[in-house]
Amino acid sequence: MSWFTDPLQFDFIVRALLAATAVGIVCSILGAYVVLRGMAFFGDALAHTILPGVVGAYLLGWPLALGALLMGILTALGIGALTERSSLKEDTAIGVLFAGLFALGVAMLSASGNYTVDLAHFLFGNLLGVTSSDLWTIAILGSIVLLTVFFFYKEFLVISFDPVLATTLRLPATFLRYLLLILIAITIVVALQVVGIALMLAMFVTPAATASILTRRLPTLMGIAAVIGAFSGVAGLYTSYYLNIASGPAVVLVASLIFVLVFLFAPERGYIWQKL
Amino acid sequence: MAELVRQITQRGIVHSPGKPTLELQSVSVAYAAGTNGITTTRGEQYALHNVTFQVERGERIAIVGPNGAGKSTLFKLIVGTLRPGQGEVNIFGHDPNGHICIAYVPQRSQIDWSFPVTVEDVVMMGRVGRIGFFRWPRRNDWTLVHQALARVNAAHLAKKQIGELSGGQQQRVFIARALAQEAELLLLDEPLTGLDVPSQEAIFTVLDGLRPDGVTVLVATHDLNLAAERFDRVMLLNRQVVGFGPATAVLSPDNLLLAYGGHMHRLHDGELLLTDTCCTGHEG
Repeated sequence: MSWFTDPLQFDFIVRALLAATAVGIVCSILGAYVVLRGMAFFGDALAHTILPGVVGAYLLGWPLALGALLMGILTALGIGALTERSSLKEDTAIGVLFAGLFALGVAMLSASGNYTVDLAHFLFGNLLGVTSSDLWTIAILGSIVLLTVFFFYKEFLVISFDPVLATTLRLPATFLRYLLLILIAITIVVALQVVGIALMLAMFVTPAATASILTRRLPTLMGIAAVIGAFSGVAGLYTSYYLNIASGPAVVLVASLIFVLVFLFAPERGYIWQKL
Repeated sequence: MAELVRQITQRGIVHSPGKPTLELQSVSVAYAAGTNGITTTRGEQYALHNVTFQVERGERIAIVGPNGAGKSTLFKLIVGTLRPGQGEVNIFGHDPNGHICIAYVPQRSQIDWSFPVTVEDVVMMGRVGRIGFFRWPRRNDWTLVHQALARVNAAHLAKKQIGELSGGQQQRVFIARALAQEAELLLLDEPLTGLDVPSQEAIFTVLDGLRPDGVTVLVATHDLNLAAERFDRVMLLNRQVVGFGPATAVLSPDNLLLAYGGHMHRLHDGELLLTDTCCTGHEG
């Protein structure tokens, strides 16, 4: 067991483990809705559009999470409004905003000092640099997301499965849709330091996609996805420690490997089972 | 305090007694420019034009007409997802918004059947409006869900994933969802399409069972024979109401020619042949 306990003597490793576990759980549970509603591209785009907010906060000496949160909520609402009102197709509107704002973030960063190192941290996370105040941010924002998903469970289920039913039940569908977009924005902020902007999508999509092969009920799907997400966080960190590779990508690689294994070998629904 | 919570969390408005279940008064819906529709003298194009009719409690209405006749637009108006450009839609004396007694059973092609929910989950969705925010289904809600499933002969399917159902079962489960919603006005969009005769019969049996409860049923269908045989009244629609009444009067050769136009051919012996039958994908 010393392989497991040895790294724990370092405080920064313990903090990283806590952060990776929490992020794995929060991202995967919300990711169930991202997968079911086909919002993967939206999630990826939103992760990229927060870069100017993060860089702005960084340059001004604000907490990064604050800049990311403001920018995330602003662009979530912006994308929502743009796709509702304009004649542009949804993915086109998202694409325009996504690339433009990401470019702005990179440009802002390039005007400042330590360009490449900072950019790498924003893009791929800085899991080993998680501070205790970062942990508090993750804990508070993550709890907000999980509690909201819990309290609006049945309403989110209805708007995701059958929007017309939401109308006939007179649910506030627009409010619920924007609430979900804002939750995605908050979760991106939570996951920023763990996996970074570029790999964010994997945390949303991969565990939920894996779980969707294994079960056909949403609560179970969320539970399995959370376990896969948390395990990927922990296993990824250990992999990164022993193989000396970047931690964010290691977390994503573990999640991807689990997906491949499940996709191939899952009983009944797996690829190989179905070919036999 | 409890009263305040109830007002915030519960939806639905009180019905005005004596008002018809459904009433449309000179309703028109204009198309967005550039699409096909009736061109009026002012050059505007309408998906529905000057539609006026009334439906009484407990009636069984078939709505027939060619593709793009405005059947789905009509349903959207009644459900409340679309507001009329002109005219009024009233349900029990109020416009559709606010009513939670209207249930819409979508065309089967509009549902994602791989969605991770079981049959009883889907039926419980019908209760969400009554349960209200920040509450969970109670025993009473589950009882109603299982009663609704029993009424459509689907109690044994409760734990199945919805993708495992046959077409007829899928349709009946969505009717059960409408029952769980305690719907008084039930709209079914092409429920018979693609079903074999026994499955169609099973659905009519379920709908007949709703009659004593005074549930009003509107069914959009392409099947003129079923429309003529199994409903109280038939509405022949082609952007306008071509005819509305007993099938024998409405489905006259002249009316059918008017509604179906070029797709309807008068044969030498006076019989009509309909070459536009039905229903691939969506229709306006």
